[in-house]
Amino acid sequence: MNQDWVVVADDLVKTYKMGEVEVNALQGASVKIARGEVVSIMGPSGSGKSTMMNILGCLDRPTSGEYMLDGEVVANMTDDQLASVRNRKVGFVFQSFNLLSRQTALFNVELPLRYAGQVENRRQRAADALKAVGLEDRMTHRPTELSGGQQQRVAIARAIVNEPAIIMADEPTGNLDSKVGKEIMQLLLNLNKERGATLIIVTHDPVIAAQTQRIIKLRDGMVEDENMQNGGVQ
Amino acid sequence: MNLSQAILEALESLSSNKMRSGLTVLGIVIGVAAVIAMLAVGTGAQDSITGSISGIGTNLLFVFRGGGRMGGGTEVRNPKPLTLQDAAAIADPFAAPSVELVAPVLQDSLIVSAAGQTTTTNVSGVTPDYFPLRNYTLTEGDVITEEHLLGRASVAVIGPETADTLFGRRDGLIGEQITIEGQPFRIIGVLTAKGGGMFGSEDNQVLIPYSTAQTRLIQRRTRDQVDMLLVQVVDSESVPSAVEEVSAILRTRHRTEIGADDFTVFSQQDFLSTAATITSVLTIFLGGIAAISLLVGGIGIMNIMLVSVTERTKEIGLRKALGARKRDILTQFLTESSLLSLFGGIIGIAFGWLIAFIVEKVAIASGTPFYPRIGLDAILLATIFSAAVGLFFGIYPANRAANLEPVEALRYE
Ligand SMILES: Nc1ncnc2c1ncn2[C@@H]1O[C@H](COP(=O)(O)OP(=O)(O)OP(=O)(O)O)[C@@H](O)[C@H]1O
Ligand SMILES: [Mg+2]
Repeated sequence: MNQDWVVVADDLVKTYKMGEVEVNALQGASVKIARGEVVSIMGPSGSGKSTMMNILGCLDRPTSGEYMLDGEVVANMTDDQLASVRNRKVGFVFQSFNLLSRQTALFNVELPLRYAGQVENRRQRAADALKAVGLEDRMTHRPTELSGGQQQRVAIARAIVNEPAIIMADEPTGNLDSKVGKEIMQLLLNLNKERGATLIIVTHDPVIAAQTQRIIKLRDGMVEDENMQNGGVQ
Repeated sequence: MNLSQAILEALESLSSNKMRSGLTVLGIVIGVAAVIAMLAVGTGAQDSITGSISGIGTNLLFVFRGGGRMGGGTEVRNPKPLTLQDAAAIADPFAAPSVELVAPVLQDSLIVSAAGQTTTTNVSGVTPDYFPLRNYTLTEGDVITEEHLLGRASVAVIGPETADTLFGRRDGLIGEQITIEGQPFRIIGVLTAKGGGMFGSEDNQVLIPYSTAQTRLIQRRTRDQVDMLLVQVVDSESVPSAVEEVSAILRTRHRTEIGADDFTVFSQQDFLSTAATITSVLTIFLGGIAAISLLVGGIGIMNIMLVSVTERTKEIGLRKALGARKRDILTQFLTESSLLSLFGGIIGIAFGWLIAFIVEKVAIASGTPFYPRIGLDAILLATIFSAAVGLFFGIYPANRAANLEPVEALRYE
């Protein structure tokens, strides 16, 4: 079967040196994720989920191992090239929203377009993204004037505005109550359905993981188990 | 991101913490205002000193006895005194074609009294040429004439300040009696006030006929000895040749060895350039002290930018996650620091101008007219310097921000 892989990571190792002590956050993890797939990453605290997410999102470099994101080998890229890859191919959704608190929702969503050097239609595209997450009437609000769920929607709009190959969410519902969390999860799944966005979600919540096509289980920096469900590939 | 966006964002960011931005700007304002005001005062001082030197007269040479007095040459033993014969020789139009007028002067500090008041003041024995040569004019009466010289007349022209001291007024003094070292003199004229000169009080002096001074008041070792010769040159281009002519005449007359002149010829230009050197050193000194406060302001900017970078570590991490390159972050922070110092520069120029203006008003009110001058060069210098300060002191914090690791920065709380 000839698959269209967005993420191909092989034997990822990440070692943190803390003085004399070495911490092996990842020790030989391999993952492949197909275009359009919805994957969750689970595992106990400290098992290396965030570390893996940061490497897959090109925020960090592995100590060793191969990684190809959407056809680009990122191993030897400079910091600025990595920045460009993040800008074009990855949309991040964080647990703590990470919005610029002094700026409007619209400005926050525009930010990736600014760094992409996009001048034309910037406002329009940001407005469209906000509409896609159901916030067309909150465009000029600042984060302090929005609820937690609304803030996370702004963050999701920001993640999709550049039409990236992949959306990475590290515990996106961790700071929200279960009802709002469910809505956010639904929104992400809808974006996957409507736009075909690839989705990787780190979560502790089995209910959320159950909504994804595949669960990657990490333990001590290694992939312990890949659990197919809901018609996943492979 | 382009520059106008960067500036807009920087403005928003700076205005979100107005108090802090304001105080940082204040540091630069004080620095730039100090630089502008000090340069203005320095240049003003230069102008007024230059002005008062020019006010002595035009195209003058001063001839003194003794070598190396101001020119830095060697001191000669037993210098011959300057004499009236020397003066006559220099006045010869064939020997010294560049010389227009020569005025011998005898000068001493003597006790002068009138109407019960007594004072010690400069008394000079002068010839009629002395008045046009020094640009002296009278508010009333007449100058000293050839007849006064021939008759060794007991007449005096007095300065306005001397008049104030002795009589308490400056007019209606013609015909009044004064005594110099106990000898009676009649006032025939009062000098026009020149104002605060740099060379003692030109307004506080008494001028009497040369011959009177020579015979009765200011006795020198030989009868024909003079204290100083004032020489007026025909025009400013001829000053160097006049110096040569005068020197040649005196060398021949005094039979001095080559390179061992027993006299000094000093031109007004020499005074001017000496004064210019002194005042520009003064200006640089004042400006330098002021520049230190600008430096302190710059350190203030660096401090605030470092705080701001630390505070916004998480924001920087986020921007990097969204695709900001190093140079985007660098631009962002450099724009902020440059804007801070540019604002400081502009406000500082206005403030410096205000200070210079106040100094001028105070100086005029206290009777010594003095005009601080703010040149375009000073404004340009201050603007460029303050922007450079912002850039220079912004580079370190901005670099720190640009080189943050995105993961580390995002984790920062
Ligand atoms: N910057 C770092 N320096 C040193 N050790 C680190 C660093 N980042 C992570 N680690 C270590 O790497 C391991 C994996 O951390 P990671 O954040 O990936 O865990 P996680 O699975 O995301 O945990 P959680 O569910 O609590 O978020 C942990 O043991 C952690 O202590
Ligand atoms: Mg984690």
